[in-house]
Amino acid sequence: MPLIELKELEKSYGAVKALRGLNLNVPKGSLFGLLGPNGSGKTTTLRIICTLLAPDSGQVQVVGLNALKKAREVRRAIGYVAQDVAIDKILTGRELLKLQGDLYHLSPVYRDQRIEELISRLVMSDWIDRRCGSYSGGMRRRIDLASGLLHQPQLLILDEPTVGLDIESRSTIWQLLLELKNKGTTILLSSHYLEEIEALADQMAIIDEGRVIAEGSPKNLKEKLGGDRVTLRVREFSDENEAKKISKLLETIEGVRQVVINQLQGFSLNLVVDDESVLKCIREKLASADLKIFALSQSRPSLDDVYLQATGRTLMDAELELVGQRDMKLESKNAMR
Amino acid sequence: MTISTSAVSSLASEKSSFSDLMQETFALTRRLFLQLARRPSTLVAGILQPLIWLVLFGALFSNAPEGLLPGGMSYGRFLGAGVIVFTAFSGALNAGLPVMFDREFGFLNRLLVAPLCSRNSIVFASVIYITTISLLQSLAIMGTASLLGYGWPGPAGLILVCFTLLLLVFAVTALSLGLAFALPGHIELIAVIFVANLPLLFASTALAPLSFMPSWLAWLAAINPLTFAIEPIRAAYAGPLDLDIVLIHAPYGDVRGFDCLIVLTLLTIGLFLLIGPLLNRKLA
Repeated sequence: MPLIELKELEKSYGAVKALRGLNLNVPKGSLFGLLGPNGSGKTTTLRIICTLLAPDSGQVQVVGLNALKKAREVRRAIGYVAQDVAIDKILTGRELLKLQGDLYHLSPVYRDQRIEELISRLVMSDWIDRRCGSYSGGMRRRIDLASGLLHQPQLLILDEPTVGLDIESRSTIWQLLLELKNKGTTILLSSHYLEEIEALADQMAIIDEGRVIAEGSPKNLKEKLGGDRVTLRVREFSDENEAKKISKLLETIEGVRQVVINQLQGFSLNLVVDDESVLKCIREKLASADLKIFALSQSRPSLDDVYLQATGRTLMDAELELVGQRDMKLESKNAMR
Repeated sequence: MTISTSAVSSLASEKSSFSDLMQETFALTRRLFLQLARRPSTLVAGILQPLIWLVLFGALFSNAPEGLLPGGMSYGRFLGAGVIVFTAFSGALNAGLPVMFDREFGFLNRLLVAPLCSRNSIVFASVIYITTISLLQSLAIMGTASLLGYGWPGPAGLILVCFTLLLLVFAVTALSLGLAFALPGHIELIAVIFVANLPLLFASTALAPLSFMPSWLAWLAAINPLTFAIEPIRAAYAGPLDLDIVLIHAPYGDVRGFDCLIVLTLLTIGLFLLIGPLLNRKLA
């Protein structure tokens, strides 16, 4: 039975449609990654699951409860680590955790015991009694993670948990998440880092323009795509005409399934081919047309290819496109209660 | 007599809900006091400002002509009640600021994602904090006024002063919390506080009696809630406590001490009822 079940979620902020009939099932015990560019609806989805936001329509079932009716019971079962770390700069980390423990009605003895455990596990002892205002991004994220874990939730929800973090903090958080998953905690995390989803998630969904457009395990999603990926350049920076000419040439080769001109990468050519043997044909075809190869690389399909296949654009292109469309002032207003 | 199991478990659950409410309210209040202890400047400024009013205004009008003030009291003594009320009023008007900052910085979301027994605990914590601070500041001003020779109310008078201030602080705190949830940001809230603060002081009997004012201002002052708090406190300083006597000779009729307290009570209840739906919507 899924621990989270979302059906036909719709949510608009004024004229902006954040969710357009989103459906999602998160299995119990999974480490579930929600991949999508900034502005695709990930945070809105997580905020609805955490009962911070009500959808305009749709059903939200979390830990077997209707989150729209049994909000308090749902809150008790989940730990939420938000994207923008909301922290009281005047309090020390320990005081913040104590406050958090009291808001979850933990007994003082159990609360203090859990705080000590988490200080040790997240290596926070050197700075836990300093005021939060002096913390670095990595420290803040760790204290926030500790807050989310204090009451030992059965479901942990993290919104972009490692964005902007140093490698050490990212690695500490990744290790902890894998450890928690092995102990049975269900984890739902959103990210626009492909490598994060690749490294952590055993199940994932790709979210784009407020809908889930692909769902499954990262391995299956990649395998389903099939074929190999080839990136070809005949010079460091080609022009559009040359790229189109070569594209036409390559399309005639048997075993080449698709050729895409990547304008953002100096008009390089991205090909989907049946297998490695097609590379030889490509080399021969180019040689016969008197074209030299500047760079040629081949790889198995990545999650970015999965994203490209599902949306027709790379994750980076989607990010760039959405950056111009987003109204950060409106989003920040919408995030305020 | 036998008690059913469901009655026992319902009693236990009520008890647990109450202790949960106490735990979360105490934790939220503690946070506000920790902030204050580490950043006491607002507390100090909240005492210094009225103190400056008391000393400078008291000196400015110390040679006011005899007979200007009711009962021939000195201007310093007259001003004392006004400044005490102004202190409590200003403090309570700022009650919404911490909540507004929590909204803006997203800390409120941290509270709202927790399984709070009642989200009213966020409001309770603010009320407890602001009431304590406002009363402390007012007592500091009363102490200073006493040292300056402006008198000290008797025990019954002190109770009346505290009771009146409590009513005013509750009412203004409710208003400020309502604004903190209704306005878009702290700039707007500070603007409202800035605009409301001094005009309400000037359009009250804090600095001058009604009889000294032009009739339009006397009307304004006679419906200003600050006047309904100032006059009972002034009466508490004046001598034996009698709330049945007329304290305000308003253009619309005489107002007794009891009337003042009833008006303040109704205002407090009315404001909490008014902001209730807003808080429920924002904290739902």
